Amino acid sequence: MKKIFLTPLLALSLTACSLSGTQESALRGTGDLGVIIERADGNVLIVEHSNNEILARVEGLGDLSHASVVFSRDARYGYVFGRDGGLTKIDLLKQRIDKRIIQGGNSIGGAISEDGRLIAVGNYEPGGVKVFTADTLELVADIPATALADGSKNSRVVGMTDAPGQKFMVSLFDTGEIWIIDFSDKTTSEPQITKFENIGKQPYDSMLTPEGRYYMAGLFGEDGLAMLDLWHPEKGVTRVLDGYGKGEQPLPVYKMPHLEGWTVADDKVFVPAVGRHEVLVIDQKTWQQKDRIEMIGQPVFVMARPDARQIWVNFAVPDNQYVQVIDSETAEIIKTIEPGPGVLHMEFSPRGEQIWISVRDRNEVQIWDTATLEHLYTLEADSPSGIFFTNRAHRIGL
Amino acid sequence: MSTFNKRQIRRLVLMASFFVPLLAQAGTPDANRQAELKHLLIQDCGSCHGLRMKGGLGPALTPDDLAGKPKESLVATIIHGRHGTAMPPWSALLTENEAEWLIDQLLQGVSP
Repeated sequence: MKKIFLTPLLALSLTACSLSGTQESALRGTGDLGVIIERADGNVLIVEHSNNEILARVEGLGDLSHASVVFSRDARYGYVFGRDGGLTKIDLLKQRIDKRIIQGGNSIGGAISEDGRLIAVGNYEPGGVKVFTADTLELVADIPATALADGSKNSRVVGMTDAPGQKFMVSLFDTGEIWIIDFSDKTTSEPQITKFENIGKQPYDSMLTPEGRYYMAGLFGEDGLAMLDLWHPEKGVTRVLDGYGKGEQPLPVYKMPHLEGWTVADDKVFVPAVGRHEVLVIDQKTWQQKDRIEMIGQPVFVMARPDARQIWVNFAVPDNQYVQVIDSETAEIIKTIEPGPGVLHMEFSPRGEQIWISVRDRNEVQIWDTATLEHLYTLEADSPSGIFFTNRAHRIGL
Repeated sequence: MSTFNKRQIRRLVLMASFFVPLLAQAGTPDANRQAELKHLLIQDCGSCHGLRMKGGLGPALTPDDLAGKPKESLVATIIHGRHGTAMPPWSALLTENEAEWLIDQLLQGVSP
């Protein structure tokens, strides 16, 4: 008799124990999590987009004036690349820093390899690429960029992305090059590097098609984009939209545009024009310019909703209070919204029914419905900039 | 609604011609504008030069980095930009006095 009584009691006390036990032991997935950069204070927020919630704030990530994030293949860890050369691995479940190193003086962004084992960082200072093990952040390779003609320093590295075949792609801002850094030879930690020179003046950022075939670098120093077909690298780099603004005086560029992912919809590629209040539309079959869409300001991010039906665009100062939405089929602006001053970044929910917009000077992240184009919710954040959801973990080039 | 007659307009013009050069000489932006400029300095200049002015796509602009550089040429760089680099001309958004005020802030050192 005693035993029969004891067992349920014991079971009850065990249940209570596991319930009252630490929150972190509660099982949960990470597929609906994300990270928001709080720019001014060097913090990040861990967020969940199923319930539009902020779960935690992680502090002490250094200078995040410019920051980007990639995710481990199990989508548990986020790697944050900070302006001060900091590389911070964040545990999204334990909501804390797992590991942090200062790997350079001044960095711009990074990527994770296709097998999830390598993290590569593109640096301005010292100009080059550093590669680390994803689990422990130990240095695997240190690859200096081409030295400038006067020998004073190395070129700044931009446009870092992963590519199929255990490769990383980068562009060299000062020396006008695209490099393929290939780690596919498992017998050595020395990568094989293929360099393409004279690709154009001052590549400022790059993007990769979703299947990982085309790498395209936007040029700041001249009108056009440099494209490399990774199925046929032997064909070299070709020029797309050469001289797109011929004969026109460019406007001042108060903020460098960004190319993130590949904004391709309905066989058209949408890219920001540099020094023009325009989005350029490229026909992906012929790589010729198809259209130019007049916008309210200098575009910074030009991002396709995951179903590619809409293109969302934000702008450089003094027009950074606006966001414009383009219909990808007609290439017409369907709505201009005004989330508020300092719209810095946007991120779609994985299937695109919502978009999160960081509004720096309002200290807000706004969540908008992409079907009705209405503002739904607001989250408070300190000077928010980049927003990154974990579904990036499984996309080539992000 | 009142309208000005010719004499009033002449008086206004006279007053303006007296005060404008004075303002231009004194040149210090008022408190509201200073707040806006500080914000622009940290956030917009900071996009390229870093929120802590330690450099990025643009060079570092700490007091040490700027030491010994003539102020006029620093002001000119803001107003006219630097051809062949990513530094744009800011003349559409800033006056010379405002650029000078920004340089003064940089020379003293700024923090976000």
